Amino acid sequence: MNFIVCIKQVPGTTEVKIDPRTNTLIREGVESIINPFDAYAIEEGLRLKERMGGKVTVISMGPPQAESALREALSMGCDESVLLTDPAFAGSDTLATSYTIACGIKKIGEFDLIICGKQAIDGDTAQVGPGIAEKLGIPAVTYVKKVEEMSEARIRVERMMEEGYEVIEMDLPALITVVKEINEPRLPSLKGMMRAKKANVNIWNASDIACVSTKIGQLGSPTIVNRIFTPPPRKGGEMILGDPTEQAQKLIERLREAKVI
Amino acid sequence: MGIRILEDKCTGCSLCVESCPFKLIKIVLREKVSKPHPKYKKIAVIGQGCNLCGACLEPCTFQAILIERVEEKPRPDISKYRGVWVFAEQKKGQIQGVVHELLGEGRKLADQMGEKLCSVLLGEGMDEAAKELIAYGADRVYQIEGSILRNFQDDPYTDVLTELIEKEKPEIVLMGATAIGRSFASRVAARLGTGLTADCTELAIDLKKRQLLQTRPAFGGNIMATITTPYNRPQMATVRHKVFRKAIRQGNRHGEIIKESVEGRKFSLRSKLVNMIEDITQTVKLADADIIVSGGRGLGGPENFRIIEELARTLGGAVGASRAAVDAGWIPYSHQVGQTGRTVCPKVYIACGISGAIQHLVGMQSSEIIIAINKDLNAPILKVATYGIQGDLFEVVPALTERLKEVLG
Repeated sequence: MNFIVCIKQVPGTTEVKIDPRTNTLIREGVESIINPFDAYAIEEGLRLKERMGGKVTVISMGPPQAESALREALSMGCDESVLLTDPAFAGSDTLATSYTIACGIKKIGEFDLIICGKQAIDGDTAQVGPGIAEKLGIPAVTYVKKVEEMSEARIRVERMMEEGYEVIEMDLPALITVVKEINEPRLPSLKGMMRAKKANVNIWNASDIACVSTKIGQLGSPTIVNRIFTPPPRKGGEMILGDPTEQAQKLIERLREAKVI
Repeated sequence: MGIRILEDKCTGCSLCVESCPFKLIKIVLREKVSKPHPKYKKIAVIGQGCNLCGACLEPCTFQAILIERVEEKPRPDISKYRGVWVFAEQKKGQIQGVVHELLGEGRKLADQMGEKLCSVLLGEGMDEAAKELIAYGADRVYQIEGSILRNFQDDPYTDVLTELIEKEKPEIVLMGATAIGRSFASRVAARLGTGLTADCTELAIDLKKRQLLQTRPAFGGNIMATITTPYNRPQMATVRHKVFRKAIRQGNRHGEIIKESVEGRKFSLRSKLVNMIEDITQTVKLADADIIVSGGRGLGGPENFRIIEELARTLGGAVGASRAAVDAGWIPYSHQVGQTGRTVCPKVYIACGISGAIQHLVGMQSSEIIIAINKDLNAPILKVATYGIQGDLFEVVPALTERLKEVLG
């Protein structure tokens, strides 16, 4: 079976800091990582391949340096990789991104299951996964925490909800987005790293994937960012002193004043 | 299309450098990148990765930065789109809490624009719920009935809502940023080819342009972005729980209910709901909770979550956990708050024995009141806490529970 995993390279979060003087995001020296949720998607792709046989292709859209994220995925055991990169993709919102990745997937060819992380930790939108499914005309289930069963034609998954979970059966080909609970991603093996170093990463631009120029990049994006600002930093508040009983009493008084209890 | 520094205007003054949220602007010697200038030796250059946010335009006193948003494609006619819609998500016939918040906010937007507030309700046997939506502020309810719509299922829901939007042409469509809302809205927006902004925490209207100004956190709340959908309609947004005030119920409100049935119609059903399993511990409903009590590494072991649960129960709240506690296997993942867990914004968040790594903070820092109980005075959580208690959580938490039981009776 053919599995496709979509990944995004994001800034390593532990490093995301705000410059206290300018209140802007410090990006310098920030290492790039595979979006954490996408690591679960890669692992699930590899596990399903081990169970069902087949091939895992990993795809990403981004600047040329995103190639390193694809090599990391290859070192974990993915078979092939594709980077969609073109200055024409710049300024893409979630709709244009969904369309572009869908075009890339069409060029890859036949597939049975597409796996994405539930969202990227920089944009936090969770919109691209379902967007790709819509652009490819296939069904999707988001927030998957377990793949219960899979056959040639169908998949049965558990979807995490606010009050528990749903069991959903879906026809293939299809797309799922996964949450952390689904598995524990493996570390790259030494052999994998050696192989990834030498492996070919397919690099495709806008004309390679035959996308319509008005549907990509800024022109293909219905939304625009008007303004970016930093929320006022949360000020540290009051330290409540005393022994535990006094602390409890004072805290309850504060909560009563705030009318929350 | 893109961003340019106008060589004849840029003085190399560096005012723009700090305004860039992504630190992409650098000041370099002119000779390296362009022609010399009689007066100015330096010039600004913009690095790769610019998303044309425009933050640098205002600080530049010389109007030396130009963003060209060239229109090369015919834009759809959006003049016929009118009104504000709220998608009334229901589960087992129960309208979800966030819908009442959306009706409250939607009412304000509709009044400002002089438009109707409508709500769309998909389900089976929803007559009473439809009337309730009127009581909570809707002028009109589109009630679509059918057994296939009883529970949310991707295909029929998407077909029904996109058709209704294409027919009735609302200007704005709001949904809750729930598990269902966030994926359903994406599919609908992608099918309509319109803009969708995820997880908004602030909405406003630019009346002149009739644009919805949608403000949302990104980078886990470290930056905020205001997003618009200038050329497409409807303007769609999912909205976070607990950010807007719930609409006040007025039993005597009048409104119009347009009821349709899709019974008998054939829908494709490529993904099918087989079963719904509810978590038996009610304390897990983090999204809806007004109060969340969370435990972290400081608890030392799974058995000690007992004191967290007891405090949560006393307050009628939910139980959260840090990643450390979840990864140690002390409590299921569904309780995890933070970047790889859930984002929550209750009225009160009580962090017990959680140091407050950035990944945890981004998941809870928009809570109204944060209380941190920690031994370590240097724990980052104390820097964001409204009330900090330095102490042993095994003493403070039980003391708090006990005192609360007395006070709350």
